[in-house]
Amino acid sequence: MSHTISSEAPMTGGRADAPPLLYGVDLHKAFGPSRALDGASLHIRAGEVVALMGPSGSGKSTLMHCLAGIVRPDSGRVLYRNDDLTTMSDARRSALRRTEFGFVFQFGQLVPELSCLENVALSLRLGGARQRAAEAKAAEWLEVLEVADVAAKRPGEVSGGQGQRVAVARALAAGPSVIFADEPTGALDSLNGERVMDLLTMSARRTGTAVLLVTHDARVAAYSDREIVVRDGRTRGGEPA
Amino acid sequence: MSVAQTLLGLLESGPRYGYDLKRAYDERFGRDRPLHYGQVYSTLARLLKNGLVEVESVEPGGGPERKCYTITDAGITDVEHWLTQPEKPEPYLQSTLYTKVVLALLTGRAAAEILDTQRAEHLRLMRELTRRKQQGDLADKLICDHALFHLEADLRWLELTAARLDELTREVRR
Ligand SMILES: Nc1ncnc2c1ncn2[C@@H]1O[C@H](COP(=O)(O)OP(=O)(O)OP(=O)(O)O)[C@@H](O)[C@H]1O
Ligand SMILES: [Mg+2]
Repeated sequence: MSHTISSEAPMTGGRADAPPLLYGVDLHKAFGPSRALDGASLHIRAGEVVALMGPSGSGKSTLMHCLAGIVRPDSGRVLYRNDDLTTMSDARRSALRRTEFGFVFQFGQLVPELSCLENVALSLRLGGARQRAAEAKAAEWLEVLEVADVAAKRPGEVSGGQGQRVAVARALAAGPSVIFADEPTGALDSLNGERVMDLLTMSARRTGTAVLLVTHDARVAAYSDREIVVRDGRTRGGEPA
Repeated sequence: MSVAQTLLGLLESGPRYGYDLKRAYDERFGRDRPLHYGQVYSTLARLLKNGLVEVESVEPGGGPERKCYTITDAGITDVEHWLTQPEKPEPYLQSTLYTKVVLALLTGRAAAEILDTQRAEHLRLMRELTRRKQQGDLADKLICDHALFHLEADLRWLELTAARLDELTREVRR
């Protein structure tokens, strides 16, 4: 594996003195008359798990999409290792998304025609790995996420909890620096949600991967190192403006 | 939580010296709040007076820590009764927080900030418990989970109250 899965994982990630890995500054974004973001700022350090909370419609997903280079803000800057996502070319931005970022959403992120193993291998193939190597590594990640037994099944044939673990395996497998997770446990019961969070945060901490997590669930947010509250498109929680 | 019944329950599994009893309690239940020796011995004295425990033997030179206590039949009945009675659900925290919020509104202070501060504090504790849970055994997980669910309930109330603050302000100031 490109990053070893060691056993001595620190329980909190992100050194307080480390420079931010990803930095969103004074972000504004409107959809027609609705101001989804109205001066939101957020930083995340390497290996840190940050929870985004706030009422429905407050702008959490929009903020996450801006930071992940999926949505371009109307104004403000998004810096990833000193590169500005808001001004780089679309091609560079999607390359960055593919190699540096991983994604876990609530539903529908796996390719339905591929087996679970192939889904995980696909993200490695996109990163340039050869088929056999990709599949071997994908199998290891399914093992880490405790879903080796569903490797041959398609996403439609596994439970919600199993599917989420496969999605987490897929997000982690390519060795991203940041994982974006929008309500990753939203469709799961509490025991399964918890296991997914356990595995996601423990694996992320072992590999030094930062996680930006959107959730309504305080028990899920409690897996983070820090929380940021979004209200009316603005951030609170010790973020420098 | 009733310390007396908990100590009794521990004695039901076998006689113990006062000192061992305190240690057993702290290990299992007193992680956050270990018992004081004084509390253990005053509780044992009361249990003794009420006939719920007996002194089985005393080691020479013995203060209370050198006495070996054993549970009586009446003691076992008492434990049984306590275990089978449901606890009164207590909305202990809400009443304090509610008072603070209303007072803040009445005096024109920022109630939203009180709620935010409380929210952050709740989440801080939830984080700590979650970490403890991740490192702990099953018993730790169950104990932490109970606390987590309660804190979550409080948090929901805090969020709901925050969402209704304008409404509440109008009502309180009427
Ligand atoms: N693609 C879009 N087109 C139009 N409006 C949008 C779009 N995306 C978001 N919005 C609006 O922007 C605001 C913020 O939406 P966003 O999805 O970021 O909220 P959220 O905090 O993620 O909410 P939830 O908790 O319900 O997922 C909302 O008013 C929403 O209606
Ligand atoms: Mg959303």
